[in-house]
Amino acid sequence: METKNIMIVGVGGQGTLLTSRILGALTIQAGYDVKLSEVHGMAQRGGSVVTYVRYGDIVNEPIIEEGQADVLIAFERLEALRYAHFLKKDGVIIVNDQRIDPMPVVIGAAKYPLNIIEELEKEHRIYTVDAMEESKKIGNSKVFNVIVLGVAAQHMNFTKEEWISVIENTVPGKTVEINKKAFEVGYSLK
Amino acid sequence: MVTERKEIYIVAQKVIMLGNEAFARGAYEAGCKVSAAYPGTPSTEISEYIEKYNEIYAEWSPNEKVAMEVAIGASISGVRALASMKHVGLNVAADPLFTVAYIGVTGGLVAIVADDPGLYSSQNEQDTRAVARAAKVPVIEPSDSQEAKEFVKFAFELSEKYDTPVIVRSTTRLSHSQGMVVLNDRVEKEDKPYVRNFAKNVMMPGNAKGRHLLVESREAALAIDGCDFPINKVEYNDNKIGFITSGIPYQYVKEAFPNASILKLGLINPLPRKLIEEFAAKVETLYIIEELDPIIEEQVKSWGISAIGKELLTVQGEYSANLLKRAIGGEVIYTCAAAQVPNRPPILCPGCPHRSVFAVLNKLMIHAAGDIGCYTLGAVAPLSVVDTTVCMGASISSLHGMEKAKGKDYIKNWVAVIGDSTFMHTGINSLINMVYNKGTGTVMILDNSTTGMTGHQDHAATGKTLKGEATYAVDIAALCKAVGVNHVYEINAFDTVKLEQLVKETTALDEVAVIITKSPCVLLDKSAKTKIYKIEVEACKKCSMCMKPGCPAITKKENGTIAINDTMCNGCGLCETSCKFGAIKPVQLG
Repeated sequence: METKNIMIVGVGGQGTLLTSRILGALTIQAGYDVKLSEVHGMAQRGGSVVTYVRYGDIVNEPIIEEGQADVLIAFERLEALRYAHFLKKDGVIIVNDQRIDPMPVVIGAAKYPLNIIEELEKEHRIYTVDAMEESKKIGNSKVFNVIVLGVAAQHMNFTKEEWISVIENTVPGKTVEINKKAFEVGYSLK
Repeated sequence: MVTERKEIYIVAQKVIMLGNEAFARGAYEAGCKVSAAYPGTPSTEISEYIEKYNEIYAEWSPNEKVAMEVAIGASISGVRALASMKHVGLNVAADPLFTVAYIGVTGGLVAIVADDPGLYSSQNEQDTRAVARAAKVPVIEPSDSQEAKEFVKFAFELSEKYDTPVIVRSTTRLSHSQGMVVLNDRVEKEDKPYVRNFAKNVMMPGNAKGRHLLVESREAALAIDGCDFPINKVEYNDNKIGFITSGIPYQYVKEAFPNASILKLGLINPLPRKLIEEFAAKVETLYIIEELDPIIEEQVKSWGISAIGKELLTVQGEYSANLLKRAIGGEVIYTCAAAQVPNRPPILCPGCPHRSVFAVLNKLMIHAAGDIGCYTLGAVAPLSVVDTTVCMGASISSLHGMEKAKGKDYIKNWVAVIGDSTFMHTGINSLINMVYNKGTGTVMILDNSTTGMTGHQDHAATGKTLKGEATYAVDIAALCKAVGVNHVYEINAFDTVKLEQLVKETTALDEVAVIITKSPCVLLDKSAKTKIYKIEVEACKKCSMCMKPGCPAITKKENGTIAINDTMCNGCGLCETSCKFGAIKPVQLG
């Protein structure tokens, strides 16, 4: 099988690492070779963070380069735009419709781009979710990232049962139920 | 020489591991008994994973020099020992390293050192292989998580067989990538008996002369024996082009040129010369692919072998498969242009006590000699207080240097700013120097009760060990008094009124003063969040004063309305103190 490339991007502190851990475990469970590459340290302090997940028969390079991503999962709009050029021509973007102003915008040195979703739609297949809103509906705003993952799962070649079982095995014990619920929400959103 | 690569696939228990976790697992399987380190991205998690193995004594030392010496002592006593650090940490540990290279080992002694090509979280891009060459210490370099584990085990074998410390070199990309690893059991090593050995272990000039000879012959032997080490791998394919590479760049070469011949070096210092010469003779065009400095390339070329390397490739940053395809294959790879978007640099978190301190310093128009930690972010807008950042501990000593150069009045609008962990690392020496040499000036220790930037590690002043056990917490105020500072103050970082007064007073003094701002890192205990703040729209005059300290939880909408994001707010109240109109009010949670 040709190596599949999934990118997860967001803002430091949004929980990209948990999402990539679930994805990694899923691909291993399915019997693939996998490499994940993440950013730690300084970039966690509210900076732009990116995680690469690559799986296939044999994976060499641990990073994904411009024009290579099959799926781009973005936890924030501006980050979706920042990394959109990493997508393949027929790649798909899942974007959490949230805005977090970076410091240059906060201090007035730059403008937050308008109409990001509309701009991205011109070039790419894009699916939008207000996961923060959806997560509040099920009473736990912390699991918004698993809702986003649920949406992404609709566009990947794993069965729902595979996803559920990997969530059961990956997230901390007392959060299994809420995370499964969050996944279901994302998976059933149209 | 033990090579378990063939057997391991039989006992397959495959798991996915971070490079750093695999390093820790390697130390565990190798029977390592003592591990010491100071946190530093990208090496920190090695110790955090080692800590989980009860068979290994593991500690946070106050700095890398101490960590290295702890490991050396353990080795001399006869057990396998590990020190781990980031590249700049090796500078701090260089003193013991250069001499233990002469002493050698009793129990195996391994240092894992992680470089940071691309500068993800460092102050420079130095190459550990160059330091190791100067120290005449063998270096081996793995290229994925599986090798990270196996190479650490090999390093211990090598260390004991050749009576030398061994460096396992990592990079950010290896340390922070996850890959599949096959687990093995731990093999306990029997402690070697301690035998007094004056000529080997006491490095006075007469003994060191003799040991230096041994170091040279050891290097020569390794360059020959190394040609047969299983950590080197030759892949003969198309003989038109051949690559000599190692570590993570090997993965890029494989990805970019799957049909090329490759000599993948595991042993980087000393280089296995014959193996390289044989490979070079079999390929038409030879490329040498290594991130950072041309360490392999310069040596290979000095042997009269023609090769291409840094003529085409940079000494800066990380490589990638596409970078190699473009530079070597001349390939034109079409990609969409990146969108022009605002940067998102790292920032101090909402509720960070450093922001409060910097807001006060900014208001007083004070310059800060800075140090290494989250508070380095006080250098960037809108706080823009920190003027210098060099290395761990340099804030205090460089302020002292300024004062000696230009006189005490010159630094009346300066302070030194250093964190609690960094102060324990090397700051204390600088403070001793300041008092001893009759300096003046204000030192601010931003005590957030943790090593923040690397992800919350304990240190000598937090009252907890790496293993999570309670221990004596150094009283930083008492320590400062003990070295002769007469003016020592402890204050809550968020008490901006008092802090402002105090900074004015101490900077006016003609003596050394220390202000310790004591407020824990806001991420340390998230359950401590009891309130958040809200802006009452009617009372808000939209003056934006609350936005001056640059809290990311406060944003201004297009219509000028200012709002606090309730999920991001951590309830520090700094914005409340900055509002002259009483428009910002606390809201109790739960």
